[in-house]
This record gives sequence, structure tokens and C-alpha cells, in this order.
Amino acid sequence: MADLLPAAISIAFHGLALAMVLYLISVGLSVTMGLMGFVNLAHGAFAMAGGYAATTLMGRYHLPFAAALAGAILIVVLASLVLERLLYRRLYGADELDQVLMTMGLIFMTVGAATYFWGPVAQPVHPPDLLSGQIQLGSREFPAYRSFLILCGVALVTGLWLGLERTRFGAQVRAAVDNLRMAQSIGINTSQLFALTFALGSGLAALGGALGAEFLPIVPGYALGNLVYFLIVVAVGGRGSIRGPFVAALLVGTTDTAFKYIAPELGAFFIYALTMAILLWRPAGLFGHA
Amino acid sequence: MAAAPDIASPALLDAFASRHRLRAYEALPWLAAIAAYFVFPDYLALGAQILATILFALSLDLVLGYAGIVTLGHAAFFGTGAYTAGILAANGWGEPISGLVAAGAAAGAVGFLTGAIILRTTGLTLLMQTLVVAAMLSELANKATAITGGADGLQGMDVWPIFGVFRFDLFGRTAYIYCAFVLLIGWLAVRSIVYSPFGRSLTGIRENVLRMHAVGSPVRHRKLTAYTISAALAGISGALIAQTAQFVGLGALGLERSGTILIMLIIGGVGQLYGAFIGVTLYMIAQDRFSTIDPVFWYFWIGLFMIFVVMFARGGVLGLLTRARRKLSRPS
Repeated sequence: MADLLPAAISIAFHGLALAMVLYLISVGLSVTMGLMGFVNLAHGAFAMAGGYAATTLMGRYHLPFAAALAGAILIVVLASLVLERLLYRRLYGADELDQVLMTMGLIFMTVGAATYFWGPVAQPVHPPDLLSGQIQLGSREFPAYRSFLILCGVALVTGLWLGLERTRFGAQVRAAVDNLRMAQSIGINTSQLFALTFALGSGLAALGGALGAEFLPIVPGYALGNLVYFLIVVAVGGRGSIRGPFVAALLVGTTDTAFKYIAPELGAFFIYALTMAILLWRPAGLFGHA
Repeated sequence: MAAAPDIASPALLDAFASRHRLRAYEALPWLAAIAAYFVFPDYLALGAQILATILFALSLDLVLGYAGIVTLGHAAFFGTGAYTAGILAANGWGEPISGLVAAGAAAGAVGFLTGAIILRTTGLTLLMQTLVVAAMLSELANKATAITGGADGLQGMDVWPIFGVFRFDLFGRTAYIYCAFVLLIGWLAVRSIVYSPFGRSLTGIRENVLRMHAVGSPVRHRKLTAYTISAALAGISGALIAQTAQFVGLGALGLERSGTILIMLIIGGVGQLYGAFIGVTLYMIAQDRFSTIDPVFWYFWIGLFMIFVVMFARGGVLGLLTRARRKLSRPS
């Protein structure tokens, strides 16, 4: 009984760190699905691209950590703008199956390209000295990098929510999610809005992929292997919502960590069962409206 | 607008009455299968894999192309069948035909049970549910190492000769003929389902679910029936591959398998019964060729090709053929 509390704290801590990574990656997917109604299975590829770009900028070009992150985000945002214009835009409002296939094709392309350029081995991540090692908090020690991850996540989540609630752009996004036609009728340039939110979501995914390489290793099969996790976060949270995926990410992050700790023989089984149950109870997710 | 066709015209009635009759071109896949046996004796093992995978694609076509259920988890049933046949053969019951029946029954049961739960949802939520069901089964197989061998795969399968006579040989001759016969039976089953009133009501559900509700069709019941039949067929296909390869791995339940079978079917053409034959054959021969030349870039090219199909060649190969035929027959 005596070691129950430390275990609980440790689960909460690591679960929270994982949740931040999952949220950063998935929030863009949630907005894409809610706003454009687009089933973007290849969203994880943007996170993977962020991971590869950051590790390459750090390893091969010896950029400092922060600069490499910024560079990775920039590269992925630019790439996503091009892809949105060339591919995604053509399939807005198209059949679900077509979107699934197109993005599945993109996933396969990234698997091939990543193996070609980086080989099948996971890319090493080297956080700066400042963030490695442990930090003392009260009577307990926590890994510095994961603490940084949580702080980063909290800062970004706050920024994102404020941006959505307080800015003109955020208001336009909310309007378009609620009623696309009405938003167009009152003169919101939705095609520009789509491109911007798509790029923003991809940028966040790139950041999540680069920061979260410790949880989700940067390997060629990244986009396919982690797809279920990202989709679960979005589906359970409710697509189109910003807060829903956050709650879902917390749920997935902590349950996953807890079950790996308490009952490793069950693996991820419980998460899947939970997802199924939640989706039966609320088909549009916890915070989504049908 | 063209004038509405006269529904009482004898020509149209005749067309309806003979819609389900076998046509000459429907013998083509089978003639090709027989020819391939003699022309490519060195590739019969690959041929057997292709024939078994066609059955898998055909089962997917029944739910996707006819009932309109978009699924990313069809490997759940394929894998259930493969593991059922595999576990039987590894534990002292290697009789192949009864193995197939058991695999079909097990996969059908899984399809019925999960379908009864998840087919209440539609669209994206349903897509998620199919994905999660497959992920659950895959995790189950991964963790139950004592029965399934876990990540190492199921070892030590001993499949007996078919009817106690035809041994599975090294060249895949027996496997090829075995798979061809099972596919023939599966194809006849799917074909008669598709052209039956039940099959027509599935198409109705795909095209306009509200109207089907309105005319009193038991939509969910129909969907569940189609889903169960499709799951059983997918299970038989998985069992065929397990028995002929004498091995089952976790990949049988994986997302990649669900994804690639979808891709194969789309390349051939969805909802047209023969898309499965064309798509699987093209895909698997190309994969066999290209992955020996450059295994890394195979993924890249198939991905690019997929995007091309979605953007420019909707309806797959069969869709292109239909369009070409229409263009030729209409002199403009």
C-alpha cells in the first residue's frame, strides 16, 4: 500500500507527457475532420516528417534544439500547404472511400521515401544537456525532458484555446465548423481558412512528432503504426473539437501508461475496448455533436 | 434529359430476366487460371497466394461494393480464419477441408458478434470501429503467446493431404488447384448472393439507405447478414493462405493487410464482382516483380499509383474498361 502513491504519481506524470504528444499530433486531425470533413489517415505522416526533419537538422547540420524544431515545423507547414493545394483540396466533399484511399496512398509513399532516405532504423533523438537528466520537485525526481514536454504542451494548449476563443481567425474556424454554408454566405473565405488550419494542424503535428520521438520512435512505419492511436484520440474526443481531443488524449495517455504498468499482459487491449464502448455510447465522440 | 425508358418494353424485361445468367466473358478468369497452371509452372506458389487473396478481396467487395460498408478492419476476419486453421493444424488436426470450415465458422461468428455491435454506427464512426476491432484481435493474438506464438508467429503447423490423397508439394501444384477450387466455390456463392433479391437490397442500402428504410427493408439485419457472410469468406481465405504457407503471423490481422486488400480491390474496381480478380492479380504480380528489384521503393510507387487511381481513374481497371467501351460504342 505504501508504494501506491508514488506509482500513481509516476503513472500520472508519464501519462500526462504521452497525452501532450498525442494531443499535439491529433488536434490538427480533429480540426481537419470537423472543418473539411476530410478523413486524413496520412496525418501521422506530418508528425513523422517533423521527427525526421528535426533529427536530421540536429544530427547532420548540427543545429541547436530550438532551431531544429522551428526548422522542422517550417518545412512541414510548407509541404502541407503544397499537398493541400495539389491533392487534398480536390477531394473535399468527395466520397469517404476516396479520401481513405488517397491518404492511404500518401502513407505508403512516406513509408517508401523514409526507408530510402533514412533506412529502417529509428532516428536517434538528442535533447540538449539542459533537458536531459532529472529535476528535483519536492521530494521526488522527474525526468527533465518529460517535464519540459508537459510544460510545452500546457503552453501550446492554452495558446490554442485562447487563439480559438479570442481571435478573429478562431471565430471564423468555429463558425465554419458549426455551419459551413452559413460561414461562406457571410463572406468568410473558407478555402483560405481550410488551407491555413490544415497548415496549422500539420505544423502542430510536426512539433508533436519531433518532441515525442521518445514515445513514438521515428521509423518509416510511423504513420501506419500509430494511426490507430491518433484516430482514437480524435474519434473519442469528437472531431471538429479542440477540447475533446485533449480530454481523449489524457484518457488514452494515462490509461495506456497505467495498463503498461499494472497489467502489461493486456497490452493496448483495454484502450481499444474502451474506445469501442465510448463510440457506441456517443458515436460522435465525447465532445462532438452529431 | 433522355426520355425515361419504357419499363414494360420486352427488351428491358428480357434484360432483367437474364441479368443473372452466366456470360461467356465470365469464363475468362477461370481459363486464365487454368492456362497459368501450365504456362508458369515455376510460379504456382505465388499463384496459389493470388487465388486465395482474390477470395479475400471478393469478401471485401461484398461489404464494401454492395452493402457500402467502408471498413479498415477486414483483416480481423482473415486473421481469425488463418489462426483458427493454423492452431488446429499445429495441435494435431491437420485435415484441410474441415480446417476451412472451422475457419469460416469462427470468422463468421466474430463477424456476426462484432457486426451486431458496430453496425449500429455509420460513416467515420463505423470506420473507427472496424479499425478498433481488428486492433483488438491483433493485440489478443500478440499477447496470447501460448496459443498463437505471439510476435514470432505460429510454428509447427502440420497440414494433412487433401482427402488423405493429395499432399501439399514443394512446387505448390496441390496448393494452386486447392485454392482454385475453393475460390470457384466462393465466387459462385458471392455471385448468387449479389444477383439474389437479398443482394439487390444490399445495393439499395448502399445507394439510398433512407429510401430502403422507407420501403420497409430491414436495413441493419441485411447489413449484418452480409457482414457475417463476408467475414466467413474472409476467414476461409485466411485459412487457405495459412494452410498453403504452413505459417501464420501477426501480419494476418494487421492494419497493413486491411489497407492493401482495400487498395487491391480499388485498383480492380469496386462492386463489380471481377474487380477482385483483376486488382489482386495485378497488385500481387507487380509486388512480386518490383519487390525483388527494389523492395524499399515498392511502397512509394504503389502509394503514388493509388493517388493516381483516386484522382484520375475512379472505378479502377474495370471502370476504365467500361468508359473506353462506352466511348467506342458511341460514335461522336
